[in-house]
Amino acid sequence: MREVVLTPKEQPPYGLIAECISCDVFAGRSIEEIEALPVYYGNRQGKLGDFFDVAGEPADKAGELRIIIEGDVTKTRWIGRDMSAGEIVIKGSADMYVGAWMSGGRIVVEGDVGTFSGMQMRGGELHVKGSAGDYLGCSYRGEWRGMSGGRIVVEGNAGAEVGQNLNGGRIFVRGSVDTFAGVRMKKGLLVVGSAIDRVGAQMTGGAIVVLNGVQRLLPGFDPAGDVENPEIEGESFEGVFRKYTGDHAERNARGVLYIKV
Amino acid sequence: MRLILRNGFVYDPLNGINGEKMDICIENGKIVEDVKDAKVIDCSGKVVMPGGVEIHSHIAGGKVNTGRIMRPEDHLKNVMPKTRLTRAANGYSTPSTFLTGYLYAKLGYTTAFTAAMPPLMARHTHEELHDIPMLDKGALTLMGNNWFVMRYLKRGDVELAAAFAAWLLRAAKGYAIKVVNPGGGEAWGWGRDVRNLDDPVPHFDITPREIITGLTRVNEMLSLPHSIHLHANNLGRVGNYLTTLETMELANGTKPARERQVVQLTHVQFHSYGGDSWRTFASEAESIAKAVNSKDNVIVDVGQVVFGDTTTMTADGPMEYYLSSLTGLKWSNRNIELETSPGVTPFIYSKRSPVAAVQWAIGLELALHIKDPLKVLLTTDHPNGAPFFRYPTIIAWLMSSRYREETMKEVHGAAQRNTTLATIDREYDFYEIAAVTRAGQAKSLGLAEKGHLGAGADADVAVYDINPEEVDPSRDYKLVEERFSATSYTIKDGEIVVKDGEIVKVVNGRTLYVDAKVDSELERELERDLDYYFKRFYSVNLANYPVQEVYLTRPTPIEVKTNVR
Repeated sequence: MREVVLTPKEQPPYGLIAECISCDVFAGRSIEEIEALPVYYGNRQGKLGDFFDVAGEPADKAGELRIIIEGDVTKTRWIGRDMSAGEIVIKGSADMYVGAWMSGGRIVVEGDVGTFSGMQMRGGELHVKGSAGDYLGCSYRGEWRGMSGGRIVVEGNAGAEVGQNLNGGRIFVRGSVDTFAGVRMKKGLLVVGSAIDRVGAQMTGGAIVVLNGVQRLLPGFDPAGDVENPEIEGESFEGVFRKYTGDHAERNARGVLYIKV
Repeated sequence: MRLILRNGFVYDPLNGINGEKMDICIENGKIVEDVKDAKVIDCSGKVVMPGGVEIHSHIAGGKVNTGRIMRPEDHLKNVMPKTRLTRAANGYSTPSTFLTGYLYAKLGYTTAFTAAMPPLMARHTHEELHDIPMLDKGALTLMGNNWFVMRYLKRGDVELAAAFAAWLLRAAKGYAIKVVNPGGGEAWGWGRDVRNLDDPVPHFDITPREIITGLTRVNEMLSLPHSIHLHANNLGRVGNYLTTLETMELANGTKPARERQVVQLTHVQFHSYGGDSWRTFASEAESIAKAVNSKDNVIVDVGQVVFGDTTTMTADGPMEYYLSSLTGLKWSNRNIELETSPGVTPFIYSKRSPVAAVQWAIGLELALHIKDPLKVLLTTDHPNGAPFFRYPTIIAWLMSSRYREETMKEVHGAAQRNTTLATIDREYDFYEIAAVTRAGQAKSLGLAEKGHLGAGADADVAVYDINPEEVDPSRDYKLVEERFSATSYTIKDGEIVVKDGEIVKVVNGRTLYVDAKVDSELERELERDLDYYFKRFYSVNLANYPVQEVYLTRPTPIEVKTNVR
């Protein structure tokens, strides 16, 4: 696997739109061509090379390339947008929309990611070692067809509305999540450490697993007995779980919620 | 500017010109017989047609904007950065105003009418039309659920109803009388709908039949340029073709005041449904087409479906609610005081859905079964059947039975089983395409200076890079689709506005509205009524209701001599 290394130079004080940072876009381009890729900030257009030192060996195919970002890029947005193959390693934190619409490949973030990360992912993997903002693995505003495939793992915490409109794929958050996790979810699996309230609001399908308790449950969930060491959506869990079905505020709701006892 | 479009293959159905190689001369924004010292554009090997005329498209107004607000995800599509000439634009089924103008111009369209303007929303509608460049514009004005209209017609006072319609068109700066689900919009205010022509409207006790026949009389008394533009009852309901046939009968015996139809039934694809449940859903396009063929005072527009994601929006609130209850998707309804109740909901026409497959086939069946192409106009009821920029695909389907067969293989088998489309060999030629995309529209709207290329017509012209002597549309349908998507030249008022598919000049078109005068005594009687009813029921003052000309680009009143008293 070949590597291209982006070392952040001085970053703009506001969002840098850099949807070009993707193995699909870098593939087949020379270092000079990569430096010349367009980025946007405020109402201006610049070049990727204005904000990053670009070095390394480019590859012809996205699948043969690893992009390494050396350090924090907390103002850079849309990293790995629409990526279909290859790998991006961010050795720091990134801003919003990391891995949006990604369909394959892998993104590893050693720090945190901003809101709307993993938006409407279709495949591939997003692994965040820090925490994620609101709307992790959600759908775009107004869109009812959310994340449909792939896998998101967050080792820290995540914000509100994790997996909103989830329509396939898997999301794992080891820490806590804010309100409305799995809202309007239809398919797939959402596993969280602990949750506050409104888990699975308006969910009609798929499964949510809570490992460390929910503060308050919605009235639209009916208890369906306890299960031991269950296998849920192909994943095995240890311990005793209280099972609920819901959200019966919706018509024909077939969602399942497991809360570890 | 003086121009000669040299040696193109000209298709001009209203003047009977069918692919003759000839020159089109332009001077001062008009087509002329001859011109001197003109710039010459070589059109040899190209198709030359009058500029396209859009007769029914939801491009401006309250519900278009509601669609935009409801569907932020739609703005992710068609994103176009600003250029030296054009504004930044986006949107697929709910394109921004500027994009609407640019896209129509690229298709070779030079005139467009927005399909349903509630008079109370007229100022907003005109503010949006103001921002649609490239096109001459007008608005079909909703009257089929208007309290004044229903009251006057119920008590048989057709003169006063006509005076009101004339005043309303002038106040709203509207162009024609639009009727949407007559009576149904008002009934929806009470949580009900009307399901057949003799269902009474709550409180007003008038029936859809009385509203339609009454407004038809009003329209002919006023001698308006366009006929009534009718969205019949029961849109989108299984088995609704019977209502549609019955509605068509209402035009019997009425003589048009001008050389046009008495009624245009709009987006008839949505009104040609047979069967008795969604499971037995089938096409009745043949029955509808037969009825249209047998009548000389009824025309239709298609409302063709193209597969994909779109946003439905109509002034038919109960229908939109019904549709959203079938799909479970987000929806919006609105109550426009004394006038109408529109609704909006997204819809996806999926190739795998039996219903969508049959809907797709019905539109094409109608266009192919109706013999006279001036009686069947091409629309998608944008964005209800599909966004208007899918026209090139529909044109290619009409011109190639092979293309229809190819598509038929990709869609649900119901299109084959429950429609007659597979049995139709007819293929449109360029002459017929010109009829269903511009000539028929201009004739129906009573626009004497549009839709043709005779001397005196507006110099609105579209030039497409297709050589009819070399291209066989039946086989090269993909090429036809591609070339109809972007003109070689679009000429608006004698100026080149699109060249090789790119906007080269941004212009503002006229806003056409009807100024019909009625007897002054009748007007005074009307004013007393307006005064009373506005104070009592409207949330706006009568004085603030009419739209001033300052809101219009190049305001162009069309003065009409009426036969009222």
